[in-house]
Amino acid sequence: MDTSLKEAILAIITPDPAKVGGGGCPIFLVQDQKEMEKTSMLLARVLGGMVHDLENDVFIIVRH
Amino acid sequence: MDKYLIVIVCGVVAGFLSRWIMLRSDYRHYPTYPHGQLIHLALGFIAASLGAVAVPAIMKPDYTAVTFLVLAAQQFRDVRNMERENLSKLEETKLIRRGNDYIEGIARVFEARNYLVIFTAFLTSLVVHWGGWPYAFLVGPLCIFLSIKMMSGQQLGEIVEVVPGTVHFQGALLMVEDVVIMNVGLPETKEKILQEGMGVLIKPKNDDARLTLHAPGQRQAIIHDVVSILGSKVDTAEPDLMPLARKQVDQGYLGLFMVANEPDLDYLIHIIKKVPVLESARGTTLESFYGRKAAD
Repeated sequence: MDTSLKEAILAIITPDPAKVGGGGCPIFLVQDQKEMEKTSMLLARVLGGMVHDLENDVFIIVRH
Repeated sequence: MDKYLIVIVCGVVAGFLSRWIMLRSDYRHYPTYPHGQLIHLALGFIAASLGAVAVPAIMKPDYTAVTFLVLAAQQFRDVRNMERENLSKLEETKLIRRGNDYIEGIARVFEARNYLVIFTAFLTSLVVHWGGWPYAFLVGPLCIFLSIKMMSGQQLGEIVEVVPGTVHFQGALLMVEDVVIMNVGLPETKEKILQEGMGVLIKPKNDDARLTLHAPGQRQAIIHDVVSILGSKVDTAEPDLMPLARKQVDQGYLGLFMVANEPDLDYLIHIIKKVPVLESARGTTLESFYGRKAAD
């Protein structure tokens, strides 16, 4: 049986710490847009999730 | 005794042939060859025997035997359970799922076909009992023809129009024409989608069709059929290119997006038109009074 976490935010990737906070989800701080894309791509591969763009310099990874 | 033998043999042969002809293994790859098919042929043979033996049992008359036959026929209800369980278990390891509605539809068809076999065998042996064995060649094929003709359900092409739609992005949102499909973050994925993605709009012809497309089970069936023929570029840990069908909530039509191994838009449209309309998803609003009133 598949018991993995689904429909939940698995990771948040952003260069701007002011935009995120709170608990429950790992936040990965990056330098710039380029690193954000690279990190989120790698994380998505590892987590088996999909990268979504919140269009405010925040990427989230969600497994559907 | 000899007379009954020919009655039974004719019935069994007609019934078994009927099951054999109705046993199709196509692109859905179900039932699987050879063991899955053997199971159903064997069950078909049993069903045919039941139908054929019923006539001598009634004529004899041996009503105890008839009662037992009815009891035996109940066993075919388990065929549906067997198929449902089987397909549901396989579903867990599938990348693109059939969906419960599709599985239920398939399971129901398997059960129904066994009953058709019983009817075919029964009618054939009844006619042979009254008229002699040459009549088997008339009634058998007729029953088989009717079974196939009457049990073939609707196809999606009869109730919807399928037109090509452009795949584009609005910010991070992937769209097919004006239907929002999903949010895509990575630029590389976006680029790949723009290069290789295919989009179509599935437009219902009337209110019944709109309700049919409204059912997520029907959409999953469309996606499953399309992917099982054209392939998809989804892998276990890479769901980015997942084929999806989403509804335009105001108008009720669907936007379907996919990245196929065989990117051929014409065939995509043809395949969608051939998808069966699922019994459990079929919309019937126009059959109700208020449905008809509300539609105009």
